[in-house]
Amino acid sequence: MTSLATGAETRNLGSPPPTPRRRRRRGYSTFRAVALAVIVIVFVAPLLWMLLSSFKTNVDIYDAAKTFTFSPTLSNYGNVLGRDNYFSFVFNSFWVAFCSTGLSLIIGVPAAYSMSRFVMHRSAMVVLLARIIPGVSLLVPWYFIFANLRLVGGFSVLIISHIFVALPLIVYIMMSFFDSLPTELEESAQVDGLTPIGAFTRITLPLSVPGIATSGILAFIFSWNNFMFALVLSGADTKTLPVAIFNFVSYASIDWGGLMAAAVIVTVPIMVIALFTQKYIVSGLTAGATKG
Amino acid sequence: MTVTVSKPNTAWTSYSDWANRHRKWLFAAPAMIIVGLLIIIPLAWTLYLSATDAEGSVRADHDFVGLANYLQVLTDTTRFWPAVGRTFYFTIGALVLELVFGMCIALLLWRPFRGERWVRVAILLPLVATPVAVGMMWRLIFDPNIGFANQLLGYVGIPPQPWLSGEATALPTLIFVDVWQWTPMVVLILLAGLTSLSDEPDEAARIDGASNWQRFWYVTLPLLRSTVIVAILLRSIDALKTFDILYATKGKGGGSFHEVETLNVYAYGLSFDYNDYGVASAVLIIFFLLIIAMMWLVTYRRKGKEQ
Repeated sequence: MTSLATGAETRNLGSPPPTPRRRRRRGYSTFRAVALAVIVIVFVAPLLWMLLSSFKTNVDIYDAAKTFTFSPTLSNYGNVLGRDNYFSFVFNSFWVAFCSTGLSLIIGVPAAYSMSRFVMHRSAMVVLLARIIPGVSLLVPWYFIFANLRLVGGFSVLIISHIFVALPLIVYIMMSFFDSLPTELEESAQVDGLTPIGAFTRITLPLSVPGIATSGILAFIFSWNNFMFALVLSGADTKTLPVAIFNFVSYASIDWGGLMAAAVIVTVPIMVIALFTQKYIVSGLTAGATKG
Repeated sequence: MTVTVSKPNTAWTSYSDWANRHRKWLFAAPAMIIVGLLIIIPLAWTLYLSATDAEGSVRADHDFVGLANYLQVLTDTTRFWPAVGRTFYFTIGALVLELVFGMCIALLLWRPFRGERWVRVAILLPLVATPVAVGMMWRLIFDPNIGFANQLLGYVGIPPQPWLSGEATALPTLIFVDVWQWTPMVVLILLAGLTSLSDEPDEAARIDGASNWQRFWYVTLPLLRSTVIVAILLRSIDALKTFDILYATKGKGGGSFHEVETLNVYAYGLSFDYNDYGVASAVLIIFFLLIIAMMWLVTYRRKGKEQ
């Protein structure tokens, strides 16, 4: 009997006699299905609740009888995008994330390449220190240095501070990417007459597109989501979405419908990106996790 | 005899030769200089400020006070030490729950099944959501009067809870929010580790008659140790520094009783809500040393075990 078992069967639960084993396996797969359903509900339901509330009037939000049955309205989105001018915050967030990710890629990819190929672990630690250090400990000096340079409130200071978020991430992910990229191709390119830098730009870089996509997408998401740096360094014209949402509640009473609409506006773009680039995001978040 | 390759000796080729010879540092330097400038100068300045009585504006006159700020901070039992306690409570609470749930979910997802794609999408969503928006979302759900959490408790006959607005319940509620958002991260890391394991040790243990629990505890978990340590490192760094959800849900000072005021929130408040730069800098230096010490402890333990 046991010799007939396929790979798929032997992988699951294993206790010797066949009949109870099958029963236990069925028991396990039922348990597993229920557990997975619970997991999906726990992680997704709050987000759906946010979405649902963004289509309710404040009167309906306060009415427990209208939890699921209500007449949906777009007025919250109208208020947030029209009255509160959220389009400009969306643009600010996008522009800062786009510039800081682009610049970090230009600086970070060659650095990661060098640090991987020449095994510069101490130098890598300098860059990765940026990931460890608490942002607040740098913010007071940054604020005064950039205020002296008359940069606070402009885009450049936000982009610089977000490079600080994006760069270590890109270096970390790209280093583990280059570590796993074989060197044979660039070596043979050099034998064929390319300079080392030529081999990097013409051979290694085109091969690195998946890694660059991975680190770029993650850097963009981390910059988009960043709150603390923009909270201190942004001005009225350069406010990013997380800061705009935070300011939403500083007013006297909370406009829950509007707040949820604003929260949807900030999370939905990033979730759509995540849905289409799921593979890259997962490989980026788990980069270096299995090497030990 | 050295063999010289004849090349047109223009400025460009000599520049290109130089660049190729020094490519190691040419590539690495810009990133290191930018990060270095953004860290070293501010950190030195913070270190300097921590020894002064700077207040209001760092350009205002201030005097050198030596270690007085550190003394004041370290003997402060009303704000500083409770904040240290909350930081550890939050970090360890969130970390333990995330590891336990993360491991359970990773084991559930390990073997292929139908609809795997959708479950993976579901766990990715909290991970990429903007923390401030997540904080606002839970603020509505946990609202004592209109929130769905109390409505849900009402269905099963449990009296309403104060959640985020209760002095004792606010921090545990925020641990829950952190666990909700970051357990998926632990799942993804552990899953990557699990799929890289070979089946053979597990097979062997089963043939030898080990139970499921024994196989997990004595075979899978030890093989997964380095992955678990990576997960602990990454999560503890971020959990120690958690700011967004705390500040978004409770505002300045971590609520009216400072009930969720961790070291990061305390230092931020001293710096930007009260402009007390001297004391703030002292808190930050202590906080920074604490983080470095913890990182060193985790990585040192790992190295020690591998030898």
